[in-house]
Amino acid sequence: MLSRIAESLFWIGRYVERADGTARILDVHLERLNHLPAADQRSVAQELLGVMGSRADADEFGLTELLQSLAFDRTNATSIAGSLAAARENARRARETVSSSLWECLNTTYYGLSQHRKDVVGTYRFCNWVLERTAMVRGLADTTMSHDEGWLFLVLGRSLERADMTARMLSTREVHTAGMSWVNMLRCAGAYESFLRTRRTAFDEGHAAEFLLMDRLFPRSIVYALRDADDALAKLDPSDTRVGFINDARRIVGQARTFLEFHRTDDLMVELPEHMERVQKAVAQTSDAVSRKYFNRADEQAWVGEVS
Amino acid sequence: MSDLFEDYSVAAERTGAYDEMFAPRQTARPSYGHLAQALAGLDLTDVTSRADSMARTFLDKGVTFDYAGEERPFPLDLVPRIISAGDWDVLERGVAQRVRALEAFLNDVYSKMAVVADGVVPRRLITTSKHFHRQVHGFEPAGGVRVHISGIDIVRDAAGTFRVLEDNVRVPSGVSYVLENRRAMAKGLPEAFSQQPIRPVEEYPRRLLSTLRKTAPAGVDEPTVVVLTPGVYNSAYFEHTLLAGLMGVELVEGRDLICRGNRVYMRTTAGEQRVDVIYKRIDDDFLDPLQFRSDSMLGCPGLVNAARAGGVTIANAVGNGVADDKLVYSYVPDLIRYYLGEEPIVANVDTYRLEEDDAREEVLDRLDELVVKPVDGSGGKGLVIGPSATREELDTLRKRVLADPRGWIAQPVLQLSTVPTLSGDRFGPRHVDLRPFALNDGDDVWVLPGGLTRVALKEGSLIVNSSQGGGSKDTWVLAQSPDVPVEAEPRHSISIRERTSVWPVESNWRDRQAEQQQQ
Repeated sequence: MLSRIAESLFWIGRYVERADGTARILDVHLERLNHLPAADQRSVAQELLGVMGSRADADEFGLTELLQSLAFDRTNATSIAGSLAAARENARRARETVSSSLWECLNTTYYGLSQHRKDVVGTYRFCNWVLERTAMVRGLADTTMSHDEGWLFLVLGRSLERADMTARMLSTREVHTAGMSWVNMLRCAGAYESFLRTRRTAFDEGHAAEFLLMDRLFPRSIVYALRDADDALAKLDPSDTRVGFINDARRIVGQARTFLEFHRTDDLMVELPEHMERVQKAVAQTSDAVSRKYFNRADEQAWVGEVS
Repeated sequence: MSDLFEDYSVAAERTGAYDEMFAPRQTARPSYGHLAQALAGLDLTDVTSRADSMARTFLDKGVTFDYAGEERPFPLDLVPRIISAGDWDVLERGVAQRVRALEAFLNDVYSKMAVVADGVVPRRLITTSKHFHRQVHGFEPAGGVRVHISGIDIVRDAAGTFRVLEDNVRVPSGVSYVLENRRAMAKGLPEAFSQQPIRPVEEYPRRLLSTLRKTAPAGVDEPTVVVLTPGVYNSAYFEHTLLAGLMGVELVEGRDLICRGNRVYMRTTAGEQRVDVIYKRIDDDFLDPLQFRSDSMLGCPGLVNAARAGGVTIANAVGNGVADDKLVYSYVPDLIRYYLGEEPIVANVDTYRLEEDDAREEVLDRLDELVVKPVDGSGGKGLVIGPSATREELDTLRKRVLADPRGWIAQPVLQLSTVPTLSGDRFGPRHVDLRPFALNDGDDVWVLPGGLTRVALKEGSLIVNSSQGGGSKDTWVLAQSPDVPVEAEPRHSISIRERTSVWPVESNWRDRQAEQQQQ
């Protein structure tokens, strides 16, 4: 398939997952933030923004501004609206490759973006709507596209972004003033009920972190997402044989995953933020490696000579 | 007839045009009989809610065109334009004839120029055309075809006679709306379909692909076909994606392509892959910076040489624009006689050649009565309609014509035929034209039954271009009679061979259902 199209599919996967993850995180944090006095709201809002990979451009950055930058700002690809707009733009570029139901779903989502109230109450509804729409996108992608190369790029983008989002979420544990509980953390990942069912009774934060980091059956755990990414990469590059060099992307993903899998939870917990930063870095490096291997093209109009 | 048509015939007669649906005194013409019945059963609420829902569907599906950087749904009107089987027979033969003549003309222009030697057209007609490209002189297109895809614009004058308005053999667009309009209408006005056999349009993409494959360079057994688009900001981008998607081929941009050794390759995740046929949706000027505009990043360097060397088929061929030149248009009836030895089946619109002194003098005297068009324009750009132009516009026009008489033609103002079109709370007569699409695979010219009917949505307006506020209508070609099957040719159905199913006979779906119920 065309490199350019493969790249678009990869980014559709990433952006849609980002919108979904950001909506979950925002939804849960809004509840906490609402309870805080204005001064605390500001500092927590700024920290949260930092975790999501952005920086406040003014001191007066509070709840309203947070909603704007994480939910509604279409010019910014870290916001929900920005991600969904970017996903739709990528789908528009790859329109003959994505299924028409997937395209229509992204397109109507894009047109629906402007129909939400931009206050706190409106944002809850907005987040919910985003979770529904992104679920629909995933469902349609999985059921209306052949699970061929194009779909694999989409899944690859999705899994990498998912690992990244869970890592970001676990970093927000550092937003101490917000008093994020592990219960809320689990809710951010949509994992609370799964977790309860797995653990049934007594648990502490160590168990919760373990679940989000390494549960092999829960799809939003980091280990699960990284394994998904690895599977997609393996199918995309069937050339690797029994011994020898595996491509860069797989090496990085594999290292990150095994690092988590073969460490004791207690040890990981001591330096959780550092480890989560490593996961995010690994995702970024994998993304670069994929880009180099599959999407890279001579961007300049190469003149390679001609027989006349 | 419901109130929606109240006073329709009064308004229709006032336009002085031929109304496609109603003969004078509001009697529906035979081909519109069933439709009139279907519409009579609808009231304003029905009609507007259906129209709204069709518009909404187009926006959701992204059936849009790009207008000044904004994506707009292409307005589709609820009342189709209907063409009787008899009328279609004339149009179909007329269009195919024209395509064959233009194909012969282009072939001649870029080789022997016998048409000039034989005195049918003056040499300067060709050499002064802006779209005559010396770069492709002596060029024999791979596959032997130059006009693979054409769109011949046709109108109906006040007497009800069909006339060709212009030829588009460079990059005619609009066929995607033909396909989408039909799908939308089947949902928007289902009751009108069940009454009569309407010839289907959905085989177009398959026909297009087979035309493109058939004209691949010699020696290529399984040709790789791509559609070349200038990108997402092109006004016809939706069409490019739809055609590539329906043909199941890649939609490439110039930067996806690379030329080497007179072969063309595309950059894929598995390395470079050879491309054999390019359906280009880019103007020649932007196709190859080595040959044409060196500042263009839309094309790919080396394409023209590759095509010239027979390493790739470009459809439509580079240099076809000379046949689109509106001064050349005025000679097409002669070209039909010269190349085919036939009389034109569909007439031209009377046309003044402004480089001829007598014609120019007459036109300059009557500027306020005529339509004056630039010979190399498209999309209605630069055209001046005398009766609705201001004095200043006419003065400017006069100066421009005098400065460059070769650059303009003039035609009488045609009262294009009208079709009822929803406007506010009722149907009013609005002017339409028709663009049938034809495919030429070298052996045969196939004309898609129908085509794109464009409609001027503003009352009294004669300008149907989408960029100037036009909309469209579904175009129905009626099959000969209800007894004749609708299919133009037998469907390629899955042939059922002997009943040697690989499935055990007893395991049919009913068993599985029973199984499910037991659980």
